[in-house]
Amino acid sequence: MLYEKATKVLYIDLATGKIEIKQRTDLSIYLGGVGVASKLLDETMQPELPPLSPEQPIVLAIGAISGIYPLITKTVAMFISPLTGELGESYAGGRLALALSMAGYDAVVIRGKASRPSYIAIDGGKVEIKDARPIWGMDSDVVGQFLRDSEEGSGKRSILRIGPAGEKMVKFASVCVDTYRHFGRLGLGALMGSKLVKAVTVTGDKTTEIKDFKEYFLSYQTIFKSVTETDLMAKYHDLGTSINVESISALGALPTKNLTANHFDDAEQISGETFAEENLVRKLACTGCPVGCIHIGQFRRKFDDGYDYESVSVAYDYELIYSLGALLGISKTDEVLQLIEAVEKTGMDAISAGVALAWATESLIQGIVTEAETLLPLTYGNTENYYQALLYLSARKNAFYQALGEGTRFAGAKFGGEGFALQVAGNEIPGYHTGYANLVGLTVGARHSHLCNAGYSVDQSLKTFDENKAVNTLFDEELERCLLNSLVICLFARKLYTRETVLKALNATGYLLTDDELTTIAKRIYSMKLRLKEKLGFDPRQVKLPQRFFKTPSMNGLLESSVVERMINRYTEKCSELLAEKI
Amino acid sequence: MKVLRAIEMNRCIGCFSCMITCAAVNQQDHSIMKSAIRIKTSGGLTGKFVAIVCQACKDDVPCAEACPTGALVRRQAGGVLLDKEKCVGCERCVAACTVDAIYFDLDTKRPIVCKHCGVCARFCPHGCLRLLEEGQ
Repeated sequence: MLYEKATKVLYIDLATGKIEIKQRTDLSIYLGGVGVASKLLDETMQPELPPLSPEQPIVLAIGAISGIYPLITKTVAMFISPLTGELGESYAGGRLALALSMAGYDAVVIRGKASRPSYIAIDGGKVEIKDARPIWGMDSDVVGQFLRDSEEGSGKRSILRIGPAGEKMVKFASVCVDTYRHFGRLGLGALMGSKLVKAVTVTGDKTTEIKDFKEYFLSYQTIFKSVTETDLMAKYHDLGTSINVESISALGALPTKNLTANHFDDAEQISGETFAEENLVRKLACTGCPVGCIHIGQFRRKFDDGYDYESVSVAYDYELIYSLGALLGISKTDEVLQLIEAVEKTGMDAISAGVALAWATESLIQGIVTEAETLLPLTYGNTENYYQALLYLSARKNAFYQALGEGTRFAGAKFGGEGFALQVAGNEIPGYHTGYANLVGLTVGARHSHLCNAGYSVDQSLKTFDENKAVNTLFDEELERCLLNSLVICLFARKLYTRETVLKALNATGYLLTDDELTTIAKRIYSMKLRLKEKLGFDPRQVKLPQRFFKTPSMNGLLESSVVERMINRYTEKCSELLAEKI
Repeated sequence: MKVLRAIEMNRCIGCFSCMITCAAVNQQDHSIMKSAIRIKTSGGLTGKFVAIVCQACKDDVPCAEACPTGALVRRQAGGVLLDKEKCVGCERCVAACTVDAIYFDLDTKRPIVCKHCGVCARFCPHGCLRLLEEGQ
């Protein structure tokens, strides 16, 4: 914990009910966050067993200075991904980081399987495994409503929960954190479901005296001002990430209709501007972030004659508008929000769910599967059918949806149609078809996410494409993000938290680290993650990329698989060099 | 002389910057438990945010009336200032405040009372909190 030498780790064994708290003085070399979580995952995971074996852990961790500086607001979850079978790493905002720090824990390790549906209630030193039988089966939003009333800590509490998809172990089930944020990617929800854990509540009332007020507050104020008084964060607050919908489409980089096209003719109708004009009702923030990038959109739905309407509010972002909009050919903001509502309440990752349905649609068009299997005539733009299909998917309605719930890669391999199953190493792709750096970045990225190394951004910023330069940039970015993620800084603030700022923030709170030491920590963490991936049997050179990526032109033209291969090989060499370094 | 007012809570994004800065500046603590202003949700995050903070009572001041030692000194513009020397930590002020805006610090055994310094308003990114002239 802050100002203390030891990292405080809470171990929860669901099988025996044993609760253990360890003060680990050996973990400071990983700083915190993804570093500590990687180490704890390495210590507790069992690579020889399937991802959903009861023995497998869920690790949550915050950073050394979580909650006391603007935008240091995230919590990292690490696990073996049931979707990809290898490294699972996901980040959520909301109140969780603050709640964990007030409960007094740097990290939590959850192992075993409960004997009956349960939820975990953490209130400082009091940790209980409680009966969740009456709330098992509930939608994600309703669970939250019940737990808010039955658990203490209003205003400084975080509630994690899964929906029906997590219970059914849909491999890309998500965990909802505080209504509007999620551990979305790579199937943490399925892992919770497999352990019969419906929810986790976290609260506490720990206080921490500031050691050097002057230094700390000076540093806090400087960062706060650069957040609120410069334009560094403005786009995230104003229109939010959805500002990119139209521009990415115009560049020819927006995967549309299962990436049969690289731009969406109706992009303007689902642009950030249109959402803001038609649906935006409020903005919210994660605790400790003055930006407020969470954009809440509202739509109303008629459910009966006699002017009977219900209103629904959900959070929207670029990735959701891509996967549940353009990718499915949907061109109305209300309808995109409706599909977001479906993934919210059932508890599925929005990107993976959208990609799965896009694959199902094309499979139906190509006659690879029949309507007897999909149960619905899925066609691009038909929201009503997609809404129903999301419910079928979360419930694993029949053999087809059972298979689709294993992930798009699995479904592609089972039914045929692998060539247009939009996934990389088992993870459904985010909304970019920018070029080589994106594709290579997704393949080599520790969790196959656009957030690993921002390949999409490298493609857009390199004036003239240079293979080696692109590979080096991807590598350096992934390495630097190991450091940012060890502090668990919101990556929207990556340009704000330069090395200089990070050092000032750390130094003002007693972490007397140097720039070189931060580099060493980043390398140590990246090496650890690469070793974890090796143990789980991953080799980027073995990844089979779907043909679709090479048939639909990217914003930088048609891509050649030979270039991708060369770049992956080069990147792998760089990883070997890192692993050979003595750190 | 000025008083703090939570005037535009519809615009609150729930960032808690007010609480973080109040606790840091006034109590030299990182924990929002030490803040004199509290942001609460009514009905979860889908509901509105409310600020629980001193209402700057002026003529009738329940907390000062309840204080047996005269430790809560009335401010001219409204509200009170805490005289720590006189306070015996009886918590009567906490019970007396109708809007529950006085918090009891379990570490120091003294109440945490808003002194209307306005630091929270300075760090409010949406102008929900303002330090206003009395009667404004």
